[in-house]
Amino acid sequence: MALSYLRSSSSRSVNLLKPLSSSLPLRRPISTDTTPITVETSVPFTSHQCDAPSRSVETNPKELLTFFRDMALMRRMEIAADSLYKAKLIRGFCHLYDGQEAVAVGMEAAITKKDCIITAYRDHCTFIGRGGTLLEVFAELMGRQAGCSKGKGGSMHFYKKDSNFYGGHGIVGAQVPLGCGLAFAQKYSKDETVTFALYGDGAANQGQLFEALNISALWDLPAILVCENNHYGMGTAEWRAAKSPAYYKRGDYVPGLKVDGMDALAVKQACKFAKEHALKNGPIILEMDTYRYHGHSMSDPGSTYRTRDEISGVRQERDPIERIRKLILSHDLATEKELKDIEKEVRKEVDDTITQAKESPMPEPSKLFTNVYAKGLGVESFGADRKEVRATLP
Amino acid sequence: MAAIFQGVGAAATLSSSPSNSFVPKKFLTSPRRSFCVRKVPSSVVVRSDGSVNFDLNSKSRRAQQLVANAVATKADSSAASSSSNPGHELLLFEALREGLEEEMERDPCVCVMGEDVGHYGGSYKVTKDLAKKFGDLRVLDTPIAENSFTGMGIGAAMTGLRPVVEGMNMGFLLLAFNQISNNCGMLHYTSGGQFTIPIVIRGPGGVGRQLGAEHSQRLESYFQSIPGIQMVACSTPYNAKGLMKAAIRSENPVILFEHVLLYNLKERIPDEDYICNLEEAEMVRPGEHVTILTYSRMRYHVMQAAKTLVNKGYDPEVIDIRSLKPFDLYTIGNSVKKTHRVVIVEECMRTGGIGASLTAAITENFNDYLDAPIMCLSSQDVPTPYAGTLEEWTVVQPAQIVTAVEQLCQ
Repeated sequence: MALSYLRSSSSRSVNLLKPLSSSLPLRRPISTDTTPITVETSVPFTSHQCDAPSRSVETNPKELLTFFRDMALMRRMEIAADSLYKAKLIRGFCHLYDGQEAVAVGMEAAITKKDCIITAYRDHCTFIGRGGTLLEVFAELMGRQAGCSKGKGGSMHFYKKDSNFYGGHGIVGAQVPLGCGLAFAQKYSKDETVTFALYGDGAANQGQLFEALNISALWDLPAILVCENNHYGMGTAEWRAAKSPAYYKRGDYVPGLKVDGMDALAVKQACKFAKEHALKNGPIILEMDTYRYHGHSMSDPGSTYRTRDEISGVRQERDPIERIRKLILSHDLATEKELKDIEKEVRKEVDDTITQAKESPMPEPSKLFTNVYAKGLGVESFGADRKEVRATLP
Repeated sequence: MAAIFQGVGAAATLSSSPSNSFVPKKFLTSPRRSFCVRKVPSSVVVRSDGSVNFDLNSKSRRAQQLVANAVATKADSSAASSSSNPGHELLLFEALREGLEEEMERDPCVCVMGEDVGHYGGSYKVTKDLAKKFGDLRVLDTPIAENSFTGMGIGAAMTGLRPVVEGMNMGFLLLAFNQISNNCGMLHYTSGGQFTIPIVIRGPGGVGRQLGAEHSQRLESYFQSIPGIQMVACSTPYNAKGLMKAAIRSENPVILFEHVLLYNLKERIPDEDYICNLEEAEMVRPGEHVTILTYSRMRYHVMQAAKTLVNKGYDPEVIDIRSLKPFDLYTIGNSVKKTHRVVIVEECMRTGGIGASLTAAITENFNDYLDAPIMCLSSQDVPTPYAGTLEEWTVVQPAQIVTAVEQLCQ
């Protein structure tokens, strides 16, 4: 082992171009290495009306470590939100995303911040993926003005306009027509960007989804509809809600792809493929086969409609973070200890942010009436006593 | 004792329009006002009472110069800024189209979505020939899927496009209620101000000629509690064009209520670019005895009743409230302070209509000025029947308005 340490210290500055061999555990600055590594996805893709992309995904140590860190952060954040909810600091509805982190992280790896993402109410991790900060998340969850929506939105209404994250919607399925509208605007402005409209297996039975899909296919919009199939729509299993649970096929004339949603690299590959497809041929449906460990929301224990064995089984066999951890360890990109250090660091970061968020102020009472209308733009407008005199015409 | 309608400054007369039986022969609306020159940030603000305000800065001086130029070419103009320009005559749906066309030329972000708006030209011809001029990407024929295309319009508006969504009949927009209420109205608030939704949702509503219950709905009563939206109702070609343009330029979601029976109204409107203030009511006929508040088609019933009332010696003040959300309590309040009696004439149903809210608003704010309880004349709380005679009795008729005013002014 000492030999390998010596070796690593001398080779630290050297960029090795050879792929790693398993007999020499070499350590190098893991956060900046971009030597390509090819990994096979866990299961092959199944496709509908299109050719499935290849199972081999290109990645590199930096990306894998980023995946690990981001997913660990998201997981830690959701678990912390769980305890905050039980401590009554978060009220109302709180829908947690732990177990599904691979979808958010893999999608981000395949696209740019100019592509739009819109999702439903399980949006905390997607928001982080889009560049939101932990403070904005916890402050918004606790209703403070430092939150991303200034405390006025809550758990289900996270938005980040500058990185094209359009939320954050409470009504099941209503975000899909909005997402197709975003795709329409992208086509209108000739941006060469795409929109990912995420919805769940419960929302997959909404009529407005098929209406929007029809219009997107007619008008060739760069819309990618992503069904995050965690197999339970609130408390109803998918086989009890959908006659045809093959959600990727439900687009009929629209091509579809079924992806293992617990494998971040498979998600990345599928999203890359989908983006290319959408820019050329119009809409496509991606079905992410994923799983949530928590119940539908914090008011749902999550065990009345599924067994604890099932939950722990998935956690043991398919957990996205464990998969990346195994990948990192088997390619010797980092030691167990380093990964544990990352997790500790993430945990500390989350705890510190929560402390900071707990101390941040609630919104001012006068803010109750701000942002109802966009004022100051457009024609002169008045209140009942003509006290508010606005600017002039644009 | 012809109806004397006061107007400030030179007023253009409407040509008599025989197409609608309820439009009085000689119809003077409040006079044309000045304009905003296209693409120049204007500082000319027009009020419905006739006054014109200029901002005292250099931009305004430039606008003033442009104003002078525009008027100077016309021959016999005596009044300074009021329009001596004879303008051009058109029907209400043409006025809407003109407004829409001008805004689409002015701003490439404006697009129109709706059923049959493109190749067919619009079921009420409001978007006729626009698809030929602007292309299929800007004038979009949608399938019959109100929920999703309204949602798509809102999604597009979130990115900065300015869609104009047409409901073929306002009643069909009930299918899109979720999108209008939750996404259109509330997104600006729940996102903490990050997104504005500059969408215009428009369409004809109201009781037509024996169209049946489902095609004669008054959606303004259902939408009025949605926070974050503005609602306006147009009633003349002049304010139709002005409100359409203002609605498109506004950063807020605006629902523009048109009326199926008013599309063929004819009026002379100015040639210049102008808009109408979205939050302002229109003084149709100043008076002293009683304030009659109305909007959309009922305005014409009220004016017809006003003729009879004037003949009988009353002096009603008629205000077309135009802005259904928020109410222009300033104009209304000043009128109540003058006359001390209010009659509201609306087409909504008695329960939960615009009149009900307006009654509450006036009572709360101006109770001290009222000499008598507010009379609210609204449609009956029944689905609109098909039979012509029954349908007539669901809406308020001029004779009922006359009786109500006489009762109130005893």
